[in-house]
Amino acid sequence: MKELTYDAVVIGGGAAGMAAARELDAAGCSCAIVEREERLGGILGQCIHNGFGLIEFNEELTGPEFAERMEERVRGTGVAVYTGATVMEVDAAPEIKSLFCYSASFGVIRLNARAIVLAMGCRERNRGNIRIPGDRPAGVYTAGLAQRLVNIEGFVPGRNVVVIGSGDIGLIMARRMSWIGCKVHAVVEILPYPSGLTRNIVQCLHDFGIPLYLSHLTTRIIGRERVEGVEITPIENGALMHEKSFVIPCDTVLLSVGLVPENELSKDAGVELNPMTNGPVVDSMLMTSVPGVFACGNVLHVHDLVDYVVEEAKRAGANVARWLKGERPQAEARIKAGPNVRYVAPSRADPSRDNKIYLRSLVVKNEASLEIRVNNRVVRTVKKAHIQPSEMLSVDLSRADLATCSGSPDPTVEIALA
Amino acid sequence: MKTGSGRYDVCIVGAGVCGANIARRLSAYELDVVLVDKYADVSFGVSKGNSGIIHGGFHHGRQHLKARLEIQGAMMFDRLRQELDFPFKRCGIVVAAFHEDEMRAIEQLYMQGVDNGVIGIEMCSRERMLELEPKLNPDVLGGLWVPGGGIVEPYRFVFSLVESARKNGVELLTDFKVSAAARSGDEWTVRAEDGRSIKARYVVNAAGLFADEVSAVFGAEEFAIKARKGEYYLLDRLSKARTERVVFPVPTSVSKGMLVIPTVEGTVLIGPTADMVDDKGDAATTREHLEKILSSARAMIPAISENDVITSFAGLRPTLGDDFYIEMSKKVPAFAQVAGIQSPGLTASPAIGEYVKDLLKKAGLKLKEKVDYDPFVGKRPHVKDLSPYEVDQLAAADPAYANMVCRCEKVSEAEIVEAVRAGHTTLDGIKYFTRAQMGRCQGGFCTYKIMKIIMRETGLSYSDITKNGGESRMLKDEL
Repeated sequence: MKELTYDAVVIGGGAAGMAAARELDAAGCSCAIVEREERLGGILGQCIHNGFGLIEFNEELTGPEFAERMEERVRGTGVAVYTGATVMEVDAAPEIKSLFCYSASFGVIRLNARAIVLAMGCRERNRGNIRIPGDRPAGVYTAGLAQRLVNIEGFVPGRNVVVIGSGDIGLIMARRMSWIGCKVHAVVEILPYPSGLTRNIVQCLHDFGIPLYLSHLTTRIIGRERVEGVEITPIENGALMHEKSFVIPCDTVLLSVGLVPENELSKDAGVELNPMTNGPVVDSMLMTSVPGVFACGNVLHVHDLVDYVVEEAKRAGANVARWLKGERPQAEARIKAGPNVRYVAPSRADPSRDNKIYLRSLVVKNEASLEIRVNNRVVRTVKKAHIQPSEMLSVDLSRADLATCSGSPDPTVEIALA
Repeated sequence: MKTGSGRYDVCIVGAGVCGANIARRLSAYELDVVLVDKYADVSFGVSKGNSGIIHGGFHHGRQHLKARLEIQGAMMFDRLRQELDFPFKRCGIVVAAFHEDEMRAIEQLYMQGVDNGVIGIEMCSRERMLELEPKLNPDVLGGLWVPGGGIVEPYRFVFSLVESARKNGVELLTDFKVSAAARSGDEWTVRAEDGRSIKARYVVNAAGLFADEVSAVFGAEEFAIKARKGEYYLLDRLSKARTERVVFPVPTSVSKGMLVIPTVEGTVLIGPTADMVDDKGDAATTREHLEKILSSARAMIPAISENDVITSFAGLRPTLGDDFYIEMSKKVPAFAQVAGIQSPGLTASPAIGEYVKDLLKKAGLKLKEKVDYDPFVGKRPHVKDLSPYEVDQLAAADPAYANMVCRCEKVSEAEIVEAVRAGHTTLDGIKYFTRAQMGRCQGGFCTYKIMKIIMRETGLSYSDITKNGGESRMLKDEL
């Protein structure tokens, strides 16, 4: 079996993996990307709509364009790229780690590295995960799979569509299916507010006259061979109103009910996960509980924009390079999710540096404020015009913010929303 | 596939676990045998949606035919696994009691098991139960331990049986829905809905849920098969709730209760419910029942979490009285009834194969052993069970073994291609054969890849790709 050694191996060649690898290379570290698909770019390749790159490239790009820009940064550098190669086993030993990669073009190879960057992204939650009862006919697709079929494979999965869940991919697909001449009868959302970005509600539903049913649960899928309809039940004051149930006839159901970081390899490697994000618990360097194993992008927590994925992954790449050169954080402060905060990532901050923290709100609110509390004392307040669970928030924790951490044996930073 | 103009000695209607066992058993003799099924693939009826348990032989008294066949059948599985290479493991069964009343019921089961000759059966204290199955609710009072009980992948078992039968000359006709039959001379003419017809001297009715309808088509006995629905949840292989043993509650008079089953392939199955339904096509799941399954299973194994749920499904069991109905028809000649094969039908099925072979012999079928009968089917490599070094060697001969199609269940392109070449050309057929689409993403990543492989290998158009045959088409159009 062929064996190769790098300073770092990045698992996943999407936006996060490419950004991290580029930084590693720029810092003089040898590194490889292992990507299971035939091309770099991950899911961006099938996201042919625009709206990408406003932050990273200062212009509006489609998904494939964004992926191409990222790929240009990697090509011609020293980064080794293995596509069509799946990492099947990780041995995260303390010094030298090994990864076994399977590929039709070279069989199995073993890559050795001092550091691993987890950048595997996420997968879509499916019917089973949200336990929709009923028949099990053909015609039930996750929105991302339907997007692949339409945009890359050139097939039309169905003609009369109901989208369950108002996540961004579902909204984008509602518009996409309308464009190819299909009828999208409804988008059904269990929550009283949409799960996707506001801009997508406007551009994908309002502009196409697609009704959005908020506070409605899909209680049954109907159809023996192919989908024939879905039964929808309104929720009032938290209770299902069965007598108000109605059926929307359709031949296709698209599910857009959330994303889950794909951490099965991480679990195999012994990485500790945060049950709130389903991603690894990471320190201020974005290093997981297993020394030398780092994580960034949607495998760490689900981001709303790829621009933020790249921002985080660049930092991860730079951190891995620092770590490979022997740098370690001297003392770290614990960061915890305070009132109205679903999660914060990373879980630790380095008071001797500037830190970037991502978080998600549990509440929908206008004129909100974000408080940074160090050891239970508010050190800074940031005004936020509008917060909602679907839009990720970020906050810079500067050295000045964290100044009072020194001198405390177990400094704690709490992020609160009010 | 043969066009269906042939003459046969025996026609078996229904390619579920009973039909497949009977076909394979008869394939050892100098006979022309045809196995027909109304679905697009074998094992698409009752045999695909059940608990996959090799029962312990203590649930029913030996006055029942089903108990005698259960015990005999259970003992045949070790040899069958050697010959047929399907996933099977004797992980043992525990029955957990949580009340004094239940302990008395356990004692009854124990006596019945001893009377039936169950090997190794024992009554257990609380300590013994927790030692055998540490994930049990610590409130357990005691229970029963049956080390010979086991788990099997039911569809894989059927696939292997059919593969073996075909290797030994049995013909398989799928999408063959029997719609008419007539007897002339010493031969049955059996017609399918699509116009195909075959002739056979003997017919075996192993049509599962539809055995009553098939019996009527042949003018044989009138009876009514009622469907009892069982709903299940499947949990992720990384679930903390994965037990070492099959865990049963104390049974009621109606059913064996809801179980926790560590499947041979590493996932966890919980269920089933037991509800009579009027419609034999109704395999829909319901919210109320699924909630019931979770709470019942959690009462025994507290670590069960709804966060681990991958999917839910329902299976239908064909019920007819309280015992199997296996005998030659008293009304029409050369027609064997194999009906009402509910639990423990899977366990009993190899013995049913023997039993029906003997029935046919008594009814005049000449059995002459084939000199070249080969009971073995070739072992197929599964990437998920191999080390990287072994996969590297396989890939040297066929690189498709290193091209991963299903990441969740670790299935390679080569395995998908084998499934297609073995005749499984629907998405569900490939799922049952390879496990691709059966894992935590439920096909989210691999479905389009599998569709492309089917099209490439078979030349089928996109519009012919179905989930499980019939009108279950996956794609409506192309751009």
